[in-house]
Amino acid sequence: MKKNIWINIGFQVGALIVALLITTLLLAAAGAPPLKAYGSILSGAFGSSNNLIAVLITWSPLLLTTAGVLITFAAGLWNIGVEGQMVLGSIFATWMLRLLQDTNIPPALIIILGILFGMVGGALWAGLAGALKTFGGVNEIFGGLGLNFVATALTIYLVFGPWKRPGVGSMSGTQPFDEKLWLPTISNTGLSPWALGISIVAVAFVYLLLRGTYFGLRLKAVGKNMKAAYLLGVPTWQYSMFAFLLCGVFAGLAGAIQVVAVYHRLLPNISNGYGFLGLLVAMLINYQAIWVIPIAFFFVALNVGSIQLQIVYKMDSSFAGVLQDLLVLLVLLSQGVRERFLKKA
Amino acid sequence: MNTTLIGLAGVLAAAAPVLFAVIGETITERAGIINLSWNGTILLSAMGGFTVTYLTGNLFLGFLMGMLIGAIVAFIVAFGSITLHQSQVAVGFVLALAGRDLAYFLGVPYMNTPGPTLPTWPIPILKDIPILGPLFFRLDIVTYLSYVVIILTWLWLFRTRPGLMLQGIGERPAAAFVRGANVNRMRYFYTVIGGAIGGLAGPAYTLNVKPGWMGTQTGLDGIGWIALAITIFGGWNPLRGAFGAYLFSLLQWLGLVLQPSLPGIPSQVLQVAPFPLMILTLLLVNIGDAEWIQRWLASMPEGTRRVVARVLRAMRASPPAALGVPFESE
Repeated sequence: MKKNIWINIGFQVGALIVALLITTLLLAAAGAPPLKAYGSILSGAFGSSNNLIAVLITWSPLLLTTAGVLITFAAGLWNIGVEGQMVLGSIFATWMLRLLQDTNIPPALIIILGILFGMVGGALWAGLAGALKTFGGVNEIFGGLGLNFVATALTIYLVFGPWKRPGVGSMSGTQPFDEKLWLPTISNTGLSPWALGISIVAVAFVYLLLRGTYFGLRLKAVGKNMKAAYLLGVPTWQYSMFAFLLCGVFAGLAGAIQVVAVYHRLLPNISNGYGFLGLLVAMLINYQAIWVIPIAFFFVALNVGSIQLQIVYKMDSSFAGVLQDLLVLLVLLSQGVRERFLKKA
Repeated sequence: MNTTLIGLAGVLAAAAPVLFAVIGETITERAGIINLSWNGTILLSAMGGFTVTYLTGNLFLGFLMGMLIGAIVAFIVAFGSITLHQSQVAVGFVLALAGRDLAYFLGVPYMNTPGPTLPTWPIPILKDIPILGPLFFRLDIVTYLSYVVIILTWLWLFRTRPGLMLQGIGERPAAAFVRGANVNRMRYFYTVIGGAIGGLAGPAYTLNVKPGWMGTQTGLDGIGWIALAITIFGGWNPLRGAFGAYLFSLLQWLGLVLQPSLPGIPSQVLQVAPFPLMILTLLLVNIGDAEWIQRWLASMPEGTRRVVARVLRAMRASPPAALGVPFESE
């Protein structure tokens, strides 16, 4: 048993080394001295307190989306629509803030209502994907993808249409909210201890839910073998639907945090790919909630750090994505290699 | 009249990228494999195809590069799922992201440079047929190729013995195996072929529809996901899939044409108008199978029931029975 763990770790490290080798070649091919490029990614992520704060800010939405998709993965669902669910969270939070910003309601309450409403928005969008799957037979991957596009279209429509800035609408988003409607952050950096705290609690919640509750056990039963679960008396479609809704709540919370803590307005690209990135993290950690926190941190550090590549070497910051994608791909493939060749031995 | 014809001919040409991907995925899924990587494949082949043509000045090599990239990505999907028993969806999804990120990363040096484009090549005699001539036969060779690919794929699938076998390995692999088919080897073969055909999508865009590589502004992002949806809409039939691709292209064109008369709606919204329609059609295609619909049907009076059931059946499309299910011969 113990030997297995070491073999596991060996394969993961091997995958990381191969991924790094490939990206090193890519960097060299693109004309950057690889070691210096990695150095600039490191300093881009941790070089100054501002950079570290940027990493911590992006950590929180990724933690939330990953926590969300772990629930749907446990139920055997590929909730690719998590991206759109996050966008809806942003839209709904902005909507609530806009509705209440000129009233006498205390700002703190408005912010809380905005966040809660964002969670409702995410759940609504996830519920739609779930309903399409449960009652319409539409595969959640395709329903979710379609809904992602609709969510983006809705954002653009709002930013350029009804919610446009006085004057003319632009890609820079809606009119920023008054400062009293900002979630308190550490010296106005956008880093909210509240947001980060909630996100870590969310991960812990999912860990405990999947690990230590009867509900989590039955959810996993639905995910592993729906027919068997149904025959054993688990209300399967209700469980699937609930997994969708819960994931939507987390994604919506991530979207709402982007509005109340980070951007203070609605932007066309507000979800920034964190939904898809959450799916990647979940795959990389083999759906084990215990690893979410460090791996998500590693991913956002890469993301923030590689912006430096763009500045120093005029490269596209999608380099972070290349490394992350390769890593996940190689881990998937190496799992296959291990299962195929080691089990036989 | 004439401008409408030219516009519609443009729709046919603009549909070619989606169409290649739809045909590629139709072949792949017919063999029982889901290749979810299209969004990455198309972007990477678009960047790679453009770059090769830009560097060599040879259009043919650009399209070849696109096919090669499509085939390689598809091979990874086949290897990961057939040989290594990993989830097809997971491998395909990662590749969809990897191809996209790689294209944006590697494409930077060639961004916004003017490159060669496919010349129009009117077909003699056919181009002079009234209406049909200007509509179908005054375009470029790749658009003609897209017509040929649709027809050949349909003929192969439904009118040849190997095509029947291809349907077999997607529907009843065990039965096909008993009849002597090497299921997994054929799945490899068709996945790679499908990938190569779909790999034409990228160059068809960056060398023809909208020439040049413009990084994230290229306007291709998302098209691979649409191709996957259209494959289902097409019911795994190349003709119906082609209809879906043309419909999508037509809707996007209408969005642009109608833009001036709808000043209240930003152009970006009209560009994505097909997506809600896509969800709706997916719903209509699938809903006939839902349990509650069946129950509801059963409770209807006989006459109505028959009519509704017929309508639902006409729209319905069932996937190959063994789609996404690994096959083990022992």
